[in-house]
Amino acid sequence: MLSRIAESLFWIGRYVERADGTARILDVHLERLNHLPMEEQRSVAQALLAVMGARPQSEEFGLNELLHALAYDKHSATSIAGSLGAARENARRARETVSSGLWESLNTTYYGLNQHRKDVVGTYRFCNWVLERTAMVSGLADTTVSHDDSWLFLVLGRSLERADMTARMLSTRDVLSAGMSWVNMLRCAGAYESFLRTRRAAFGDQHAAEFLLLDRLFPRSIVYALRDADECLAKLDPSAQRVGFINDARRIVGQARTFLEFHRTDDLMSELPEHMERVQKAVSQASDAISRKYFNQADELAWVGEVS
Amino acid sequence: MISQQKDGWLLDMSDLFQDYSAAAGRSGAYDEMFAPGQLARDSYGQVADALSELSLADVSARADSMARTFLDRGVTFDYAGEERPFPLDIVPRVIPADEWSVLEKGVAQRVRALEAFLNDVYDKMTVVSDGVIPRQLITTSAHFHRQVHGFEPAGGVRVHISGIDVVRDAEGTFRVLEDNVRVPSGVSYVLENRRAMAKGLPEAFGQQLIRPVEEYPRRLLSALRKTAPSGVDDPTVVVLTPGVFNSAYFEHTLLAGLMGVELVEGRDLICRGNRVYMRTTAGEQRVDVIYKRIDDEFLDPLQFRSDSMLGCPGLVNAARAGGVTIANAVGNGVADDKLVYSYVPDLIRYYLNEEPVIANVDTFRLEEKEAREHVLDRLHELVVKPVDGSGGKGLVIGPDASKDELEALRKRVIADPRGWIAQPVLQLSTVPTLSGDRFGPRHVDLRPFAVNDGDDVWVLPGGLTRVALKEGSLIVNSSQGGGSKDTWVLADSPQVPVETLPRPTVTVRERVSVWPVESNWRDRQSEQQQQ
Repeated sequence: MLSRIAESLFWIGRYVERADGTARILDVHLERLNHLPMEEQRSVAQALLAVMGARPQSEEFGLNELLHALAYDKHSATSIAGSLGAARENARRARETVSSGLWESLNTTYYGLNQHRKDVVGTYRFCNWVLERTAMVSGLADTTVSHDDSWLFLVLGRSLERADMTARMLSTRDVLSAGMSWVNMLRCAGAYESFLRTRRAAFGDQHAAEFLLLDRLFPRSIVYALRDADECLAKLDPSAQRVGFINDARRIVGQARTFLEFHRTDDLMSELPEHMERVQKAVSQASDAISRKYFNQADELAWVGEVS
Repeated sequence: MISQQKDGWLLDMSDLFQDYSAAAGRSGAYDEMFAPGQLARDSYGQVADALSELSLADVSARADSMARTFLDRGVTFDYAGEERPFPLDIVPRVIPADEWSVLEKGVAQRVRALEAFLNDVYDKMTVVSDGVIPRQLITTSAHFHRQVHGFEPAGGVRVHISGIDVVRDAEGTFRVLEDNVRVPSGVSYVLENRRAMAKGLPEAFGQQLIRPVEEYPRRLLSALRKTAPSGVDDPTVVVLTPGVFNSAYFEHTLLAGLMGVELVEGRDLICRGNRVYMRTTAGEQRVDVIYKRIDDEFLDPLQFRSDSMLGCPGLVNAARAGGVTIANAVGNGVADDKLVYSYVPDLIRYYLNEEPVIANVDTFRLEEKEAREHVLDRLHELVVKPVDGSGGKGLVIGPDASKDELEALRKRVIADPRGWIAQPVLQLSTVPTLSGDRFGPRHVDLRPFAVNDGDDVWVLPGGLTRVALKEGSLIVNSSQGGGSKDTWVLADSPQVPVETLPRPTVTVRERVSVWPVESNWRDRQSEQQQQ
């Protein structure tokens, strides 16, 4: 398939998952933010934005600005609306490759972005709507696109972004002085019920963190998402080597996953910030490596016309 | 032609068609649906019946849902950087079988003549030495590209895809308005409109046989594959688009998608050793046929505009060397130059030894002194068009123009007489079109599409009917407020019974199972007991 199309598919996967993760994080944090005194609300809002990888535009950054920055700002790749718009734009560029179901679900989502009230209550509904739409997009991608290379690129993007979003989700816990309760963190990832069924009554912070970070069966855990990404990379480049990896992306993803998987978890809570940082770094490095290997061939040979 | 039994429904539809005949009378144009006296023509019987069942609320609800579907499916064109849905009207344009067979013949004839003309122009120019057309006219055409002179394109076809615009004059006679043999667009709307109409006005499809349009992508792909460079067993076809900001981007994606081929941009291609390759995740892959959807000027920075980033350097040389087929061929623009258009009837006689099936619109060549003087005296009664324009750009309609505009036009014509032609104002035929809360007559044209595979010219039964949505307006271009209609070509005389195979009586098929059926252990037990 064309490199350009592969890149678009990879980014559809990433952006849709980003919208999904951001909606989950925003949904859970809004509840707490509302109760805080004005001054703290402001600092928390700024810290939250920083965790999501953006800087406040002005000093006067409060709850409403946070809503705009994370939910409705169409020009920012950090916000839900921006991500879904970018996903749709990528689908438009790869339209002849993706199924019409996938394209239409992204297109209608894009046109639905404006139909929500942009206050706190409206944002709860907005977040729910976004979760529904992204679930629909993922479902259609899985059921209406052949599971060939194009689908692998989409899943690759989705898995990497999922690892990244879960890492950010875990980092947002420290934003609040009192800390976010782990029950809410689990709810945020949609993992609460799975967790309860796995751990039963043995309920502690440590266990919840372990679950979201290391569980081998829960699809939104970091280890699971990285394993998915690794499998996609392996299928995309099936050359079997007896020693080592030529593929940088595989090395980076594999190292991050195995480090987490084989790490002793005795002191997990105090190491958590470091783990989160390393995971986010690994994801961005892997994404660069994938671009270099699969997408970026045009740069070397670009035609420069003479200026007439 | 006029069906007498249909009088009854006039009363039912009085709301929606109120004032219709008065408005139709004002324009003085030929109405496609109604004969004088507001009687539906035979071909429109089914449509009239279907509409008579509907109230205003029904019609608007259907129109809204059709518009919504178009937006969701992304059936849009880009205008000034904005995606807009292409408005589709709920009343189809119906063409009876006998009229279509004439059109079909005429379009195919024209394509064959233009094909021969292009082959000649880029070769020996016998058409000039035989005195049919002046040499100067060809060499001054903006789209006569010397870069492609003197070679026959791989596959031997130049006009793979063409769109011949035809209109009906006030007498109801079809005339050719212009030829498009460079990059004719609009066929995607033909395909999408039919899908939308099947949901929007299902009643009207009823008993009549409407010829299907969905075989177009298949025909196109097979023609493109057939004209691949010789020696290629399984040719790879791609569609070359200028990118997502092009006004016809939707069409490019649709055609590539329906043909199941890659949609490439210039930066996806690379030329090496007079062969063309595309960059894929599995390395470079050879490309044999390029369905080119960008203008010649932007195709190859080595030959044309050197600042173009849309094309790929080396394409023209690759085509010259026979390493790739470019469809339509580079340099076709000389054939749809509007001044050459005025010679097409002569070209048909010269190359094919036939009389033209469809006439041209009368055209004044402003280069000729008498014609120019005659035209300059009557500018306010004529339509004046630039010879290399498309999309209605630069066109001046005399009766609608202000004094200043006419004065400016006069100066430009005198400065560059080769650049303009003049035609009488044609009252294009009208079709009822929803506007506000009723139907009104709106002017339409028709663009049938033809696909040429080298042996045979196939004309898509249907075509794009564009409609000017403003009352009285004669400009149907989408970029200037035009919409479209689904175009129905009726199948040959439905009164001749279509041969249907005797339908076998429906029998319920016994289920056959090849998988081992596990018998109930109880049954087996009882069998055992019986034994």
